[in-house]
Amino acid sequence: MKSLLKFITCGSVDDGKSTLIGHMLYDAKLLFADQEKALELDSKVGSRGGEIDYSLLLDGLMAEREQGITIDVAYRYFTTDNRSFIVADTPGHEEYTRNMAVGASFADLAVILVDATKGVITQTKRHARICSLMGIKHLVLAVNKMDLIDFDEKRFAEIKKDFLQLTHGFNIESVQVIPVSATEGDNITTNSENTLWYDGMPLLPYLEGVDVQKDNKLDDFIMPVQRVSRPNHTFRGFQGQVEAGNISVGDEIITLPSQEKAKVQSLLVTDKEVDSAIDGQPVTIQLDREVDVSRGNVLTTSKQMQSADMFTATILWMDDTKLVPGRNYLVKVGTKTLPGTVMSIKHKIDINTGKQIPADQIFKNELVECDISLSENMVFDTFENNEALGGLILIDRVSNMTSACGVIEHSLRRSTNVVWQETDITRDIRAQQKGQKPLTLWFTGLSGSGKSTLANEVEKRLVSTGHHTMLLDGDNVRHGLNKNLGFKEGDRVENIRRIAEVSKLMNDAGIITLTSFISPYESDRHSAREVIGDSYIEIYVSTPLEECEKRDVKGLYKKARNGEIPNFTGISSPYEKPVNPEIEIDTSQYSLEEATDYVVKQIMKYLD
Amino acid sequence: MKTQELTHLDQLEAEAIYIIREVAAECENPVMLYSIGKDSSVMLHLAMKAFYPEKPPFPFMHVNTTWKFKEMIEFRNRKAKELGIEMIEVINEEAVEQGINPFDHGSAYTDIMKTQALKQGLDKYGFDAAFGGGRRDEEKSRAKERVFSFRNKNHAWDPKNQKPEMWKLYNTRINKGESMRVFPLSNWTEKDIWQYIRKENIDIVPLYFAKERPVVERDGNIVMVDDDRMKLEPNEEVKMKKVRFRTLGCYPLTGGVESDADTLDEIIEETLGAVSSERTSRVIDQEAAGSMERRKREGYF
Repeated sequence: MKSLLKFITCGSVDDGKSTLIGHMLYDAKLLFADQEKALELDSKVGSRGGEIDYSLLLDGLMAEREQGITIDVAYRYFTTDNRSFIVADTPGHEEYTRNMAVGASFADLAVILVDATKGVITQTKRHARICSLMGIKHLVLAVNKMDLIDFDEKRFAEIKKDFLQLTHGFNIESVQVIPVSATEGDNITTNSENTLWYDGMPLLPYLEGVDVQKDNKLDDFIMPVQRVSRPNHTFRGFQGQVEAGNISVGDEIITLPSQEKAKVQSLLVTDKEVDSAIDGQPVTIQLDREVDVSRGNVLTTSKQMQSADMFTATILWMDDTKLVPGRNYLVKVGTKTLPGTVMSIKHKIDINTGKQIPADQIFKNELVECDISLSENMVFDTFENNEALGGLILIDRVSNMTSACGVIEHSLRRSTNVVWQETDITRDIRAQQKGQKPLTLWFTGLSGSGKSTLANEVEKRLVSTGHHTMLLDGDNVRHGLNKNLGFKEGDRVENIRRIAEVSKLMNDAGIITLTSFISPYESDRHSAREVIGDSYIEIYVSTPLEECEKRDVKGLYKKARNGEIPNFTGISSPYEKPVNPEIEIDTSQYSLEEATDYVVKQIMKYLD
Repeated sequence: MKTQELTHLDQLEAEAIYIIREVAAECENPVMLYSIGKDSSVMLHLAMKAFYPEKPPFPFMHVNTTWKFKEMIEFRNRKAKELGIEMIEVINEEAVEQGINPFDHGSAYTDIMKTQALKQGLDKYGFDAAFGGGRRDEEKSRAKERVFSFRNKNHAWDPKNQKPEMWKLYNTRINKGESMRVFPLSNWTEKDIWQYIRKENIDIVPLYFAKERPVVERDGNIVMVDDDRMKLEPNEEVKMKKVRFRTLGCYPLTGGVESDADTLDEIIEETLGAVSSERTSRVIDQEAAGSMERRKREGYF
């Protein structure tokens, strides 16, 4: 059987990627007759005045044809006498860098194009760095449009030198630099007459021969559990794909994170019973004893592998919303998904130079090194050791978008340094002593909506009925605990995070906490709910903007309208309405007493 | 140490099984669409292997336009019974009553009987993920399809707003009302499908094999006269010809090819040397460029 090479092509907008692949397929006679015919017909209305425009073979989507750029990854499949290929043609435009990263994560080799008239440019550097980040170990630099510089050997040598300088220090195994012309066909399938000075192989023969087999650094068996199969009470099989090493019936494995030992009793590769299985195969494993294992756990023979709840990672930010530390995301590694927080941004990485730049917020298409803290222990490895347990994605908890992808650099053993202090007096005991169920009443709403007034009245009512309470008010907290925070987005997120943590501690102490903060972002309220848990009761004070502005107790709306206060919620900064608040009250419709009656009555439902 | 290398087909099989298992583990209410064709047969086979000895933990759904080849429906019923899987059939009953048919209603027919019926089925059962047998090598707009393709509440596809897909880390989270189409065969080519069918000895509908069949020639296509609903033009004449089909669908819209290939090896031989990519035998695709993409935006699979 033939082997398979997955590769990507990347480069800047006009470097001619699509043309290069199109020409390769055409010359190698790998086109179906009707595709070939369609290509010639399409070209008549295309931009090359009747000559074949090879890029039309790949630029598929209508929107792209109209704009003349490739916005998404296009996958093509072809087979030569020597090898099967899957090529991902990736977008060059900066706006679509994330799509390029998608292609790179899929591939074993990258063909990076540069325009010979321009040489190595910013985009080339960006792409090379992303390829390297996503784990590509083999690079080909195709120096295209050689015809436009009269196949100048000296210019080629300069570009080659620049590129080798760029990739020096990357974790790669091979680099090949080839002079080509995608439109004219030089050095695509056969050596060109125009570059007799070039003693390497043309592109296609090179791709047919290059060895991209992974050197497996670890011989240990690793299998992340995808699902537990229990068709009946006698069969319990752990299903997943072998991500490293081999496994045989009778081998002893360790379960992580539960760290139990068991022996492999039976082994299935798909539906066939086998004695052993190798890297890459889908298996179902039965063990000889009961173990505590579910989806997201790992079966391994490695004695070194461990779990932890914090790591350092290099990530590519792909979301339109910026990254600020303190935000909570879902972190997926292997088959495990857990809530996690980007704790601190260590630094950005300049895509041109690889230099580290200090930063406190990150925008789309930026590379950043950061610490990520997880809600509980997770089994992971460094990306360098194992791609399957070292790659990660961050998922936005509200929009569900894939906000970032990244690689784990190293584990931070916070768990071994800061041990959670188990105490004898528990939360339940403290609550019992106070004779109440601790809650956090989270008042959210626009400035002037009446949050603080209402929270104040509610607290008075609760105290008069014998409850133990604590009110955290926005302005007051900023005078003390959060004195060092400003009003930039990152600071706002941290402000809310601290308040949520304090509320939780208060709840642990048995106290009913009332918080009164605008808290405009759904994602922050979501994080607060995550931290505080079942005790979190969201009270949305839904007084309309016009009413709030009319009241304007502190004169802030007037200032905001005059542009004196930037980022004022409701005017120049958004307020995201709560989706499912436990309680909602519009204070413009009721007297203060009526509103208090209503809210207290609702709260009582949760207190009983 | 170099790792032992899996063959090209082994790698494709492993990838598809991984995807199918991820969906079963992460999605609440998945379904596998089953079109009875060769790609669906491969996908069904992979689903059986992925969960063995368990049965696939989701139902299968066939969108029946009521104009499928008779042999397809027989095959579907036999397979479901043999394998002991749940097979849901959806038909746009309202459209059947209105007499919508492929002869009089052109491209509206496909939309009503296929796209609308599919949406009705997905909505009725509240499926959040539907496996489809689509392959990227079939057509240009499919070449850019993700493995997990997101659809909004109206089942529409926004090519500019799909989630980046990194390594095998599929993000299966969706908002309420949204759904996913999942394509485990994304990276398979037609050739891979045939080679896998041979390797695994997968049962396929006999229509793929050449046999004497009653056909007429229409607009350069060979169309089989599968029942008496087929309306003949005055100049048309039903002839017996040895034909086979490269893709299967509604019989009036599916072009056959003249062939003597009545064994798998002969079909593969013909396919490997094929001069025409398979979608040309689907009459529907010969409309304006970009027709597939337009239909997809509207919710066609």
